[in-house]
Amino acid sequence: MLASIDLTPLVDWSRAQFALTAMYHWLFVPLTLGITWIIAMMETIYVKTGDPEWKKLTKFWMKLFGINFAIGVATGIIMEFEFGTNWSNYSWFVGDIFGAPLAIEGIMAFFMESTFIAVMFFGWNKVSKKFHLASSWLVAIGANLSALWILVANAWMQNPVGTSFNPETARNEMTNFWDVLFSPVAVNKFLHTITSGMVLASIFVIGVSAWFLLRKKESRMAMRSITVASVFGLLASVSLALTGDGSAKQIAEVQPMKLSAMEGLYNGKTEAGLVAFGILNGKEKREAGDAFALKIEMPKLLSWMAYGDPKHFVAGVNDFTKGNASQGIMSIPEKVKNGKIARQTLTDFKNAKAAGNLVRADSLKAMFSDKAFIDGNFKYFGYSFEDDVNYYVPNVPLTFYSFHIMVILGFGFMVFFALFLFFSARGELPQRTFWLKLAPWIIPLAYVASEAGWIVAELGRQPWTIQDLLPTVAAVTKLDTGSVMVTFFLFAVTFTVLAIAEVNIMLKAIKNGTKNEGGTK
Amino acid sequence: MFESLSHLVLQQYWWIIVSLLGSLLVFLMFVQGGQTLLGSIARDQTERSMLVNALGRKWEFTFTTLVTFGGAFFASFPLFYSSSFGGAYWVWTLILFAFIIQAVSYEFRTKAGNFLGQKTYEAFLFVNGLLGTILIGTAVGTFFTGSSFSLNNMNQVSWEGPARGLEAALNVQNLALGLAVFFLARVLATLYFINTIDDANIFARSKKQLLINSVPFLVFFLFFLIRLMFLNGFAYNPDTKLVVLEKFKYLHNFLEMPLVLVMLLIGVVGVLYGIGSSLLKSRYTSGIWFAGAGTVLTVLSLFLIAGFNHTAFYPSSFDLQSSLTIENASSSKFTLTAMSYVSLMVPFVLAYIWYAWWLMNKKKITREEMTTEEHLY
Repeated sequence: MLASIDLTPLVDWSRAQFALTAMYHWLFVPLTLGITWIIAMMETIYVKTGDPEWKKLTKFWMKLFGINFAIGVATGIIMEFEFGTNWSNYSWFVGDIFGAPLAIEGIMAFFMESTFIAVMFFGWNKVSKKFHLASSWLVAIGANLSALWILVANAWMQNPVGTSFNPETARNEMTNFWDVLFSPVAVNKFLHTITSGMVLASIFVIGVSAWFLLRKKESRMAMRSITVASVFGLLASVSLALTGDGSAKQIAEVQPMKLSAMEGLYNGKTEAGLVAFGILNGKEKREAGDAFALKIEMPKLLSWMAYGDPKHFVAGVNDFTKGNASQGIMSIPEKVKNGKIARQTLTDFKNAKAAGNLVRADSLKAMFSDKAFIDGNFKYFGYSFEDDVNYYVPNVPLTFYSFHIMVILGFGFMVFFALFLFFSARGELPQRTFWLKLAPWIIPLAYVASEAGWIVAELGRQPWTIQDLLPTVAAVTKLDTGSVMVTFFLFAVTFTVLAIAEVNIMLKAIKNGTKNEGGTK
Repeated sequence: MFESLSHLVLQQYWWIIVSLLGSLLVFLMFVQGGQTLLGSIARDQTERSMLVNALGRKWEFTFTTLVTFGGAFFASFPLFYSSSFGGAYWVWTLILFAFIIQAVSYEFRTKAGNFLGQKTYEAFLFVNGLLGTILIGTAVGTFFTGSSFSLNNMNQVSWEGPARGLEAALNVQNLALGLAVFFLARVLATLYFINTIDDANIFARSKKQLLINSVPFLVFFLFFLIRLMFLNGFAYNPDTKLVVLEKFKYLHNFLEMPLVLVMLLIGVVGVLYGIGSSLLKSRYTSGIWFAGAGTVLTVLSLFLIAGFNHTAFYPSSFDLQSSLTIENASSSKFTLTAMSYVSLMVPFVLAYIWYAWWLMNKKKITREEMTTEEHLY
């Protein structure tokens, strides 16, 4: 399948473009996912109480949501089509499965979101109170449904289930829709992602409201917002921790190399400890088994968290690259060998068919339905594209530090919400100036945690676009590298300029407060 | 229910759905057309705001339809998605770029601190209206004229030629369709303004623009349609699947599928009636519905002759046998069956869109609203 030319620069630029566009998109999506719920809750209180202050409040947060939503849409459309433009081999190899969630996302979620957003923004004087409230809830549901479908697609890339390979078409084909939809990886990923959005949005609301309180502007609106957001944020952050734990267990099962990278574990062991904080050594030392220059470790916790058993063996990077027969782990060179047999069988099948040797073609084709061949060879199909063992090891420092930053911040956010809820319940918010001053600075940290999560999920699985089946080098569109460089910089400049505009508009809108929001019944 | 249908019937069903989405998209591109008319119709800031807000309450429908069109094409005919998007890289990238800059422009245009200034965002809207319509029309033109690509035995695309799809704009037939879509979008936009905005000046100027844009639309559309009837088309043998060039293929398709021909005729009459009535009757405001429905029927009929009656819908002029047909480019029977159940949601989606549209448009946009409405673009 691969030409003999070096595809590394093309793959690197294509990956860089995908990372750029996805990370920009992910700057704006979490706020949408979370704040739509907060807006719907505030509007519900308005409809229940009839208090126009709550309407003003709803409209203020809605205005900020609108600014954020527009740029989320702008950065989102490229994601939908980039699979085709830059990863066309991928799009064919798995399009039979991957396309469906994208289409359902459009039909089920995007139309719901866009239809009712129009009602939400322009319908205050055109539709009944209840219809407007229903629209606000439907926007939240639509936004989160769109996350569901794209995460189902993403989870399938990390853990391809409900599918079989068809040598005739040279692609994977769906065999069970429900396996794809309800894959435990998909369920966990969805819940973890939407709760992360709720946490980020709650921090955003508290941070902005704290700024108002400090300036003694809009105090009632700010205190009410903090109460709603701290309750919502605390609940969401507890769910975030639980689903994070679920995600780690899933990763241990389906992407154990990623888990090793997340923990900087090179030589596997039983009773493995969880590194709470650590500084990694250089690559050579790490590979020699001396991974950390400094670490604080909690004994046995990794074994327990990943497998529910403090004595369980947790494999490290070296166990995967070199193999570990005692733990039944195959080395990468063996996987490469087995994968190459699968790919050669496919090539032989195509050649036999082209030559009209139908008997041989049929017997080769039958191998792709044979369980022993699937488990022994086709399972490692993706390893056939590259011999170098190092190719299959993700960037460990990036994955390790991103993971730890995300987790440490995540637990910090829980404390943050609990404190604000406590101050709010005791009516002490205006006096707690230290915490009020701190709160706006927590907003960028929420974005850091969110992007770090993306890095763990997506860079931690390198080199796979589809786990074990298709590495990036075989998935990429064969473009000339110069074209991808041009589009990389085109998107980089465009998104950066638009992001500057968005932040600027947002800051101005915040400064204006609720004074332009009509609060009449 | 869908399990009992053959793979071919499911492929046809999905070609109809994708075609319908494409047709709705062309109708909804009145938003793009309108974005190119701001300078021609508005005389002052308030009028400009009225036009932008009339379009701004609908732009997301167009955008979402485009995204869903892409997603549905991917799900049902993934070989088209991988071959065309990966192959004609520059065309699709430019189209995407035009839609990226649109998505922020309504919301950011008049907001304080918008960094680039109102004029830049209006320029973004203009670029989106110009490139979005012409390039999408040109890209759809290649469904009839072909593209230079080949597929290997693993169905991976190789594009011939460095322009990566931009060469399509040099083909007169493609370009005619691109320009027809552009002027049609402007025609539909004037009809939409007439229908949605209650203002005598905008009404009169929209009517003038309707006339100005109807003429080039008809010229380019008729040129495209008449020439299409004489073009060689890409036919395939249903048994051997071999692709051959057939004289008058698209004319044959209309004649062999009379229902599709009737659809085309009703569609064209609908568009002409919408335009004609709006031009001739002094207070007539419903032209958009006739021209809109006519557009959907016309475009649908064109998609159907591109993919039905054993026609390759994404032909390769470089290697005929690499051409994509609804049979060789589709998803598996299982996936199409599963997706067909999902398609049952479409009428429900259309119903709530229609209901919300009706609710929001009950009151026409007025000059006064531009000063009282709290959320304005």
